Amino acid sequence: PSPRGFRVGVPTLTCLSPWQTVEHGFPSQPSALAYDPVLRVMAIGTKAGAVKLYGAPGVELTGLHKETATVTQLHFLPGQGWLLSLLDDNTLHLWEVCQKEGCSHLEETRSFGLPGRPGSGSANCSPGITRVTVVLPMAAGTLVCLGTEGGAVYFVTLPTLTLLEDKTLFPDEILQSVPDEYRCGKALGPVESIQEHPRDGSRLLIGYSRGLVVLWEQSTRLVQHLFLGNQQLESLAWEQSGKSIVSSHSDGGYMVGIGVSVSGPFPCKAISKILWRTCESGTPFIIFSGGMPRASYGDRHCVSVLQGQTLATLDFTSRVIDFFTVQSAEVPEGGFENPRALVVLVEEELVAIDLQTPGWPTIPAPYLAPLHSSAITCSCHVSNVPLKLWERILSVGEQQSPRQSSAAWPIDGGKNLAQEPTQRGLLLTGHEDGTVRFWDASGVSLKPLYKLGTANIFQTDCEHNDSLNQAGEEEWPPFRKVGCFDPYSDDPRLGVQKIALCKYTAKMVVAGTAGQVLVMELSDEKSEHAVSVATVDLLQDREGFTWKGHDRLAPRNGPLSFPPGFQPSVLVQCVPPAAVTAVTLHSEWNLVAFGTSHGFGLFDYYRRNPVLARCTLHPNDSLAMEGPLSRVKSLKKSLRQSFRRIRKSRVSGKKRLNASSPSSKVQEANAQLAEQAGPPEVEMTPVQRRIEPRSADDSLSGVVRCLYFADTFLRDAAHHGPTMWAGTNSGSVFAYALEVPSQEKFSERAVEAVLGKEIQLMHRAPVVSIAVLDGRGNPLPEPYEVSRDLAKAPDMQGSHSMLISSEEQFKVFTLPKVSAKTKFKLTAHEGCRVRKVALVSLASAGSEERLENCLACLTNLGDIHIFTVPSLRPQVHYSCIRKEDISGIASCVFTKHGQGFYLISPSEFERFSLSARNVTEPLCRLEVARSMATPKLPQANACPMALLQAWPWVLAVPNASHPPCSPGSPEEHPAAFSPGPIDSPNSSMENPLDTTGDITVEEVKDFLASSEEAERNLRNTSEDEARPTGILIK
Amino acid sequence: MGGSKSLFFGAEFRRFSLDRYKPGKFEDFYKLILHIHHIANLEVMIGYADVHGDLLPINNDDNFFKAVSSAHPLLRVFIQRQDEVDYSNFGTNTLSRKKKALVTLRNDNLRRRPHINISMPHDFRPVSSIIDVDILPETHRRVRLYRHGCEKPLGFYIRDGTSVRVTPHGLEKVPGIFISRMVPGGLAESTGLLAVNDEVLEVNGIEVAGKTLDQVTDMMIANSHNLIITVKPANQRNNIIRSSRMSGSSGQSTDSTASHHSLPTSHVLQNFHPDEMESDEEADIVIEGGLEPQHIPKLHSITSSSLSRINGSSLSHRLQRDLVLNNNSGRESNGNIHKLLSSLKTDPRHSLVIPRGGIEEDGTVITL
Repeated sequence: PSPRGFRVGVPTLTCLSPWQTVEHGFPSQPSALAYDPVLRVMAIGTKAGAVKLYGAPGVELTGLHKETATVTQLHFLPGQGWLLSLLDDNTLHLWEVCQKEGCSHLEETRSFGLPGRPGSGSANCSPGITRVTVVLPMAAGTLVCLGTEGGAVYFVTLPTLTLLEDKTLFPDEILQSVPDEYRCGKALGPVESIQEHPRDGSRLLIGYSRGLVVLWEQSTRLVQHLFLGNQQLESLAWEQSGKSIVSSHSDGGYMVGIGVSVSGPFPCKAISKILWRTCESGTPFIIFSGGMPRASYGDRHCVSVLQGQTLATLDFTSRVIDFFTVQSAEVPEGGFENPRALVVLVEEELVAIDLQTPGWPTIPAPYLAPLHSSAITCSCHVSNVPLKLWERILSVGEQQSPRQSSAAWPIDGGKNLAQEPTQRGLLLTGHEDGTVRFWDASGVSLKPLYKLGTANIFQTDCEHNDSLNQAGEEEWPPFRKVGCFDPYSDDPRLGVQKIALCKYTAKMVVAGTAGQVLVMELSDEKSEHAVSVATVDLLQDREGFTWKGHDRLAPRNGPLSFPPGFQPSVLVQCVPPAAVTAVTLHSEWNLVAFGTSHGFGLFDYYRRNPVLARCTLHPNDSLAMEGPLSRVKSLKKSLRQSFRRIRKSRVSGKKRLNASSPSSKVQEANAQLAEQAGPPEVEMTPVQRRIEPRSADDSLSGVVRCLYFADTFLRDAAHHGPTMWAGTNSGSVFAYALEVPSQEKFSERAVEAVLGKEIQLMHRAPVVSIAVLDGRGNPLPEPYEVSRDLAKAPDMQGSHSMLISSEEQFKVFTLPKVSAKTKFKLTAHEGCRVRKVALVSLASAGSEERLENCLACLTNLGDIHIFTVPSLRPQVHYSCIRKEDISGIASCVFTKHGQGFYLISPSEFERFSLSARNVTEPLCRLEVARSMATPKLPQANACPMALLQAWPWVLAVPNASHPPCSPGSPEEHPAAFSPGPIDSPNSSMENPLDTTGDITVEEVKDFLASSEEAERNLRNTSEDEARPTGILIK
Repeated sequence: MGGSKSLFFGAEFRRFSLDRYKPGKFEDFYKLILHIHHIANLEVMIGYADVHGDLLPINNDDNFFKAVSSAHPLLRVFIQRQDEVDYSNFGTNTLSRKKKALVTLRNDNLRRRPHINISMPHDFRPVSSIIDVDILPETHRRVRLYRHGCEKPLGFYIRDGTSVRVTPHGLEKVPGIFISRMVPGGLAESTGLLAVNDEVLEVNGIEVAGKTLDQVTDMMIANSHNLIITVKPANQRNNIIRSSRMSGSSGQSTDSTASHHSLPTSHVLQNFHPDEMESDEEADIVIEGGLEPQHIPKLHSITSSSLSRINGSSLSHRLQRDLVLNNNSGRESNGNIHKLLSSLKTDPRHSLVIPRGGIEEDGTVITL
């Protein structure tokens, strides 16, 4: 309910102030892109109605439309800090960058909807004819032109968003200038593009869907030029000097001037957008999206960059939303644009191409990381990372992907005001393809640091070299794969299920779907070694079970070479190869514990010896053996394949598909009818829930849910020692006393494990977490934390206690004699179930030193509850995640200091903070040179009186570089503009169909014939000829 | 004043007299009964027929006094062996209608208040009860279901629905949770206290208003070992009417006022206290391990696997045994109840249809 990026909830405790602070990653379902060359920021709109501004790293502004509607277009008023957004409900919204307490915020100030046509009923009945297709803010910053489905062009003042009704240009007015033969009773179709003349703000180039392009003088309301195209128009662009135009068409061709160029001899898909950028080095850049030969590459998502003879077709794995080039905002008269970079937004990532370095390499983005380049399967946060480890990870990450481009990130507007993060936070994400990605989560922008792959250790079904890259040599056009979004895993068994990292010893455990547990160590040197393999049978000769799930992953034999980074030393393979459900690491004892749905094991990775294996299966539990997870996976695999097929066949971004096709119009009408009739009362069979306590033989009761190492009192109150704890799905807790030899004797003596206690929680709810609290009630420190002076030594004098969190309740038991001390029955009281728990230390608002240990709990309803520890008194609870957002709840991780992350989409982490003292949120400033303030009018709807008053005021704007086109008083600005370069003889725009003169039928025919002929000629020419030169025909 | 009594053992009858105004203490009365019947070595349960023909227990001074004072003039006293008593036979219409009691009197606070011996014999286990009758509105019913290791499923389903509430703005439809189905043979059905379409108002003292079906489901399951549901029965004709004397003109009346009036209210009715619920909760099972060292010297070592297998089986075995024991006792007690009920039902001599207005004054011996 509350908009993301804003504070939610009201803190009830001074030290607790829950809010959602920032989103990390790539916005889900982006739908629009805009760039402000003056402020050097870009904006991305999403299907959920969010608008996000990005500048320099750390500069992020977020806004959310009140309506949950797709943002179809975004347009900056350059330098003004104003942003226009068009939603698919046909409303126009004005966003303003405003300054509050020194920081910039994005706020919606006004909205505007075109009124329905007079006589067509109420304005709210979605009139197709006034559906806005084109939005063009004029450079002067006082007007915005709206092209519509019906072919009319409306003018709306800025920033008041007032419709200038008498200025509207209806297609009839244009049609009067069009020869009868062209008119032939047909409408011009929707406005496809409006482009302001780059040097003369009063002239507009208007393109209609049918192919007609008009150069229209706004002040005189006269048509200056007509280009009678007969090919359906997709987009228009000026050459920067205003001497030439380029247009793109639905058949995959584009025209420069009025020449025709077709990119290939075969039927091609539409070129949805085209840009023309002049370049000092000579030949201009022509950049367009789409236009691929329909039959062979119709399914590719491409942006082609053409400069002279050089052509690169950037091949993306997802649909192209939009693109722009970055160049200096002010281009002097006769100068060149010299674009620095091309920024392409595709559905799943943002890619920047360095246009000034030969080979056009990509520039790594400092934000908008495609977290989901392979689906995230688990995540893990490591706080307070020691500098040494941090630098080593940075270094191996840099060696992994050497920068191809020396260019700095081109979008660098705004100033990051946030303080340098006080500590280094590392977020690890495990992925379906077996990779673990390391992210710098210290600050607002989540930066990729390092990527660890585990697939190369195994023999997988598919080889990893991409066939596309090899084939690229012979292909035309020359495809170049860009971006890293590849959601398809070759083998689902590679999926990473659990990660544990020791930040002091740089040891890591990565456990996967096929029961593989990899013990890894960070190495700064590359290495070639064999990975030793140990198999641990978790069934322990239990009879009557046969594993029907997937096979284990076969490890590759012999020595393998590993690049610098985390390198595996031991592979522990669980048998049966069910997915690993819990893992924990104790680097001081050289032990790793792991659990699956069948049992758990303990492994000494120093001696490479299994210490313990324990089956947790209930005798009646047969389902566990069927390998239900594997069945799910195989279903997933088949789904993946069918999705792949669907994606291939998907039509590349047809604009306004829903509005234009007749069948969808019928559907729309039907939907409206249905709405008017009111929602029909559907008598549904009510959902029933059976009230039955879980029994011992519930399926998957043996799943090991948590594992824990602690140095505590298990046998008696006098001696403490290493222990290991395991909790299962059926509410069982197993505690083992460990005999760990001292550091010096590791190689001589083996670790021994002795079962100390078995605890069966009578409510039998799954055990989510186990933690031991010291004599003062504080959680025990991590291994090495005390010996490295990073944590206080635990109190070993007072009696320890154990906090067991099940899905239903929290319970504190005494140790070594296990008896219940305190408990909180969450499910019995609230009806919610525990999903995630963590012991967090929250800094009190009063003093930084006073840390309070709390138990943070995320429930299945998406609420976060905070309890004191060990008294388990509820402190505060507030809603955090929608309860329907199951994947969001499942993905939540808490940090040690009261922050947390959860996925709000497959590609985005929302960061939240439970502590007012420890907040990571974007604080930035955009310097806005606004030529006028936003008048605080309550209503933005067109009102003639307000309009008349507003208009002279707009005229009085001192900064307006162009005289504003005054619709109210054209006589003030007689057609005094210089003829302009349009009419210059060397212009390729010179046109036989000047509307100022009489047009004869013959002339029209000639024109049509000439273009047809050119087309025909081109088709006859060979491919090679057509490719490099097909720009200028005339 | 005379009293007649029948002994269930072998249907033996005695008639003796008591001072109506100074009946003395229950203890003396109890000794007298044992003496008269020469059964001093037996544990017996004494009951009497009150004016409505309900069989009610005599086990303390209060209800003894009440029993004597209600005799007009004859008091019929029933004596049963302690181990044959079925408490569900006590209460409303238990003598007139040989039907399973709608209200079971019981008290599980026996441990804490041992001096009030109105309660269950020790080898019986409560299954369900109506509690908090004194504090709830008459339209509501608070039912406690006990499920101590019982094999029977709780056996009901709940669903979403709408209920009509009276609000300051008039009648308003609000979402509610309802019982949607009873599992035949389940605990819920066998109590007869819950029925399909009853609206669930509270679970263990926590209101369900504003909670989703899934939340209420989870609350009920989390409390399933001692589930207390407050319902608004769909059938409001069976409600307990507290204030007035029963009007029950028909034999169908299920009013239990009489039984309540016969005993001090506080002794009969249980009130729900949250801490009480906490205290009688089951404890988690902790099994101390043998603490013998366990080795896995090599991969797949036979010794290690067998060792851990032994360890692994110990807990489940013990649990299994506990469960079996519990189940046996549960089944036995159920069996007992059933036996008694059926014997009552089939025995024609039990058809003591006592006309309204009381027992015949001539004190005819009633043949059982």
